[in-house]
Amino acid sequence: MNIIATQALTKTYGGGVTALADLSVEVEPGVIGLVGANGAGKSTFIKIMLGLIAPTSGTVRVFGLDPVTETDKVRARVGYMPENDCLPPDMSASEFVTHLARMSGLPATAARERASEALRHVGLYEERYRQIGGYSTGMKQRVKLAQALVHDPDLLLLDEPTNGLDPAGRDAMLGLIQRIGTDFGISVVVCSHLLGEVERICDSLIAIQAGRLLRADRISSMTEASDVLAVEVSEGTEELAARLTEMGFPVSRDGRMLLVPLDSDAAYDRILRAVADLELNLHRLDQRRHRVAELFTKKETADV
Amino acid sequence: MSETGVIHDIGYQRYEGPRLGRAAAIKALYVHGLRAAYGLGRPPKAKIFPWLVAGVTLLIAVILAAVRSQVPEFEFTYAQFDDSLSWLIIFFVAILAPSLVSRDIRSGTLPLYFSRPLRAADYVLAKFLAMVSAVWLLLGVPQFIMFLGAAFTTDKGMTGVWDEVRELVPGWAYSLLWALLFTSIGLLVASLTGKQAFAAGGIVAIFLMTTPVVGVLASLPASAANHLAFLASPMTLVSGVGAWALGNDIGIDIGRYGPIYGIEAFCLITACLLLLLARYRKVAAL
Repeated sequence: MNIIATQALTKTYGGGVTALADLSVEVEPGVIGLVGANGAGKSTFIKIMLGLIAPTSGTVRVFGLDPVTETDKVRARVGYMPENDCLPPDMSASEFVTHLARMSGLPATAARERASEALRHVGLYEERYRQIGGYSTGMKQRVKLAQALVHDPDLLLLDEPTNGLDPAGRDAMLGLIQRIGTDFGISVVVCSHLLGEVERICDSLIAIQAGRLLRADRISSMTEASDVLAVEVSEGTEELAARLTEMGFPVSRDGRMLLVPLDSDAAYDRILRAVADLELNLHRLDQRRHRVAELFTKKETADV
Repeated sequence: MSETGVIHDIGYQRYEGPRLGRAAAIKALYVHGLRAAYGLGRPPKAKIFPWLVAGVTLLIAVILAAVRSQVPEFEFTYAQFDDSLSWLIIFFVAILAPSLVSRDIRSGTLPLYFSRPLRAADYVLAKFLAMVSAVWLLLGVPQFIMFLGAAFTTDKGMTGVWDEVRELVPGWAYSLLWALLFTSIGLLVASLTGKQAFAAGGIVAIFLMTTPVVGVLASLPASAANHLAFLASPMTLVSGVGAWALGNDIGIDIGRYGPIYGIEAFCLITACLLLLLARYRKVAAL
């Protein structure tokens, strides 16, 4: 079942600014990356899913519910972690998360228990009675995650969760998100402008650019093997290139590597034999994989 | 369950319990706001001011109760109590409103509220009621102490107590009027800025700047202007409504214009609340 489905979703702000244009996408459960440059429409998409703003046209369904008319039902099942700082410095994490659990409609006792649980899951159990003002940026991000998790949502919307974190904190946060997605059974939409980190933890990816959908697919199909073989030899690169061209392969060079398109399974063996015949030292022979980043670079060059 | 004494990693547990609706969230936010008003659940620093003010009002009430019981001809009504503490109320409101509203703006917490079932109107309602209650308690409790003092020392038995009740209830109503009017103005000003000091300054400035206007109008030679002068400042407006609706004799002459005072107070409170709502509708869209 799809957790998010949109059809021709469009949002135009007053003054003719188009934030989202004709976005149609269906998202399956899992960890989903929502990538795009700053201003691509990621935040607008999140706000529409939370029912904070209504789309100009088109439809959106979260768990089959319309966020505009069934706002309460949607919000009960969704947890949101905003991008900006949103924590009061003079409250303890425990109190703050408990308070927000009650705002989500949990009874007092349950709110307290779940706040402790949520803080334990994000790794702040020991520090939970300390004032948030004294926390490091990494700890604050964890509190933000805990408050999104406290009412046991089925979907988390995380807006730039690794913002401002050092590399170690970034890894820890990404690990945590992955754990929520796989072990907790909660779907997660991770919003980011850093493709690399999203690529690491997500099952699928939605790429948007200037409010339009670039591609929505599973990461595995985006990074599937391409039909280009990279060959690197210690010396005699020229010789090999000449031989392969002779054999009818359109060879291109990429630094010390030769890139040879593979048109059949037999081609792989023929290239290997050519290297053996020339008695060259083979350093590398691998089938190149598509990288998610190509998604953006290709499109940009196509646009020019 | 397994034997005790063994620690298990229970992992993540889904929540199966009840999810109460918006009404429960409003109530929780109201209680949270009322507690925060008196610094409960907040650091010791936040407790100093509200309890200082509360201490002063309680002390005054105890002294008044003592004096009234000893000196029978000493006349001091419940309404006079509110009026004589007006500046204390203003300072209380000027500190309280920003700590209830500006703090959320400053720390950026509002998106967390509005991504939950809570709506802008719910938030405004809960904060408004919390602050009205806080201000009313600040006045109502000392008035009740005065009442207790009078009730226990009355020499007319139950009729004396009953007379006192009939004075206390309008006194409480008058306190509620103070709370309603000052809360709506205070919250509106505080909702415009995230800086608590600015908000507090703005609130005090509104009361400071309108007071001389009353003085000028009251000294004009026209009697209509004199009677209507007290409309110009929220403080004297409250007194005016009290003089008209509750028949308080508090030394201001509003002539036949009583209803106008009532209408203005009502309109002012309504307008402030509507503006507050409009402001939060905008904020709730993030």
